[in-house]
Amino acid sequence: MGTELLEIILLSLRVSGIALLFSTLIGIPVGVLMGLKRFIGRRVIVAILYTGMGFPPVVIGLFVYMLLSRSGPLGQLNQPFFPELFTPEAMVLAQTIISFPLVAGFTMAAVMGVDPQLRQQVVSLGATPRQAAMTVLREARVGVIVSIIAGFGSIISEVGAVMLVGGNIEGRTRVLTTAIVLETRKGNFELALALGAVLLGLSFVANLAMMKLQGRALEE
Amino acid sequence: MNDGRNGSSENQVVYELRNLTKAYNGRTVLEIEHLQVGKGEILALVGPSGSGKSTLLRLLNFLEPPSGGFLSFQGKEILSGPGAPLELRRRVTMVFQRPMLLDRSVEENVAFGLQLRGRRNNRDLVQAALKDVGLESLARQRARTLSGGEAQRVALARAIVLKPDVLLLDEPTANLDPYNVSLIENIVRRLHEEQGTTIVLVTHNVFQARRLAQRVAFLLEGRVVEIAPVTTFFESPQDARTAAFVRGDMVY
Repeated sequence: MGTELLEIILLSLRVSGIALLFSTLIGIPVGVLMGLKRFIGRRVIVAILYTGMGFPPVVIGLFVYMLLSRSGPLGQLNQPFFPELFTPEAMVLAQTIISFPLVAGFTMAAVMGVDPQLRQQVVSLGATPRQAAMTVLREARVGVIVSIIAGFGSIISEVGAVMLVGGNIEGRTRVLTTAIVLETRKGNFELALALGAVLLGLSFVANLAMMKLQGRALEE
Repeated sequence: MNDGRNGSSENQVVYELRNLTKAYNGRTVLEIEHLQVGKGEILALVGPSGSGKSTLLRLLNFLEPPSGGFLSFQGKEILSGPGAPLELRRRVTMVFQRPMLLDRSVEENVAFGLQLRGRRNNRDLVQAALKDVGLESLARQRARTLSGGEAQRVALARAIVLKPDVLLLDEPTANLDPYNVSLIENIVRRLHEEQGTTIVLVTHNVFQARRLAQRVAFLLEGRVVEIAPVTTFFESPQDARTAAFVRGDMVY
């Protein structure tokens, strides 16, 4: 069980880590844009984003399943761009979609919390639009890191979507949450509990690391 | 001052405004028939709140484009579409009524504008600017721990370290105690004497205008009612409304 467990832990971290990386890379710029710019259709996008923040992951799992399955719209196309069902890549796709609205939504809220006059001051001091956006983002750093923590929390602990699109295949797509479900069903409560403890521990360490990143910003 | 290449008076004009208007949602808040700001002068804009002083300042800082009319800066027309190019924009900076410091150390705040311009080795300049405002001992402190007066002096240091051609001051001492008011006025006066910086000061405090400015403009409902050298403005104002404002009789 030793190497098996290690594999499960590493796969959980890899899948959620890569998904978080994607959702952060897309979500933070989108959040900044939504927070700073006023444009037509913004309200609709905000509403979609907010809906996504509370959307049941298992439903997103279902959508991704339909999207990727042979009988789904992309199944026949066999596009190299989209991953196959029951692979870690399919799980990454589902988790990216789950965590993206959280990262973008919380980043938007954090950016909107920065005094608009501060932005004017920054422009007055000679900032280009890009420099101004980066400065506002840095001012909002506490909230931005919260957005990443929320995004990570939503996927490392998520079970429905990874179960659907990953399939909980031993040695290939089994992650901590799906392993817990399986072991509980088999009556291996001790192992299930141990896995649960590992999951909690990982989550705790990951959050500590991000708070460290947040650093001075949280003091006082 | 004048290098003699471009005739005489052209060089001396920093801003020229003709029939300049600014409207928000169809409501005109500013309508300046004609206004010139000369190189190296201190011009005070006074008037009740809502008279358009701050709006005018924001146009002079190119933070917003005018809605109509003509605006030029250092002989170049500022078109309302694209706004002022970065290179011109960086010759002007403003200190707001609230200090608007970044959540960083004092020295990082003062270095901010220099960094935007890609000037990384700026320690000496930053130190000198902090010395100018009497706060060199607080360089390492976090800006959010400063008192109101200290914070505003840091904001002033952050502006003057850039050696701008034009410094715009929007009610810079409105929230401060008399000690800090006089400190800041002295810093502004010294900056003007030593560097010849053009300064446009918005204030509702006529006494401050009298202490600092060479010319004073009185704004009311978005229009310049009267503009005159400081002595004339206060001792023999031409317009009855100016007189009332100067006496403190204007009800608003």
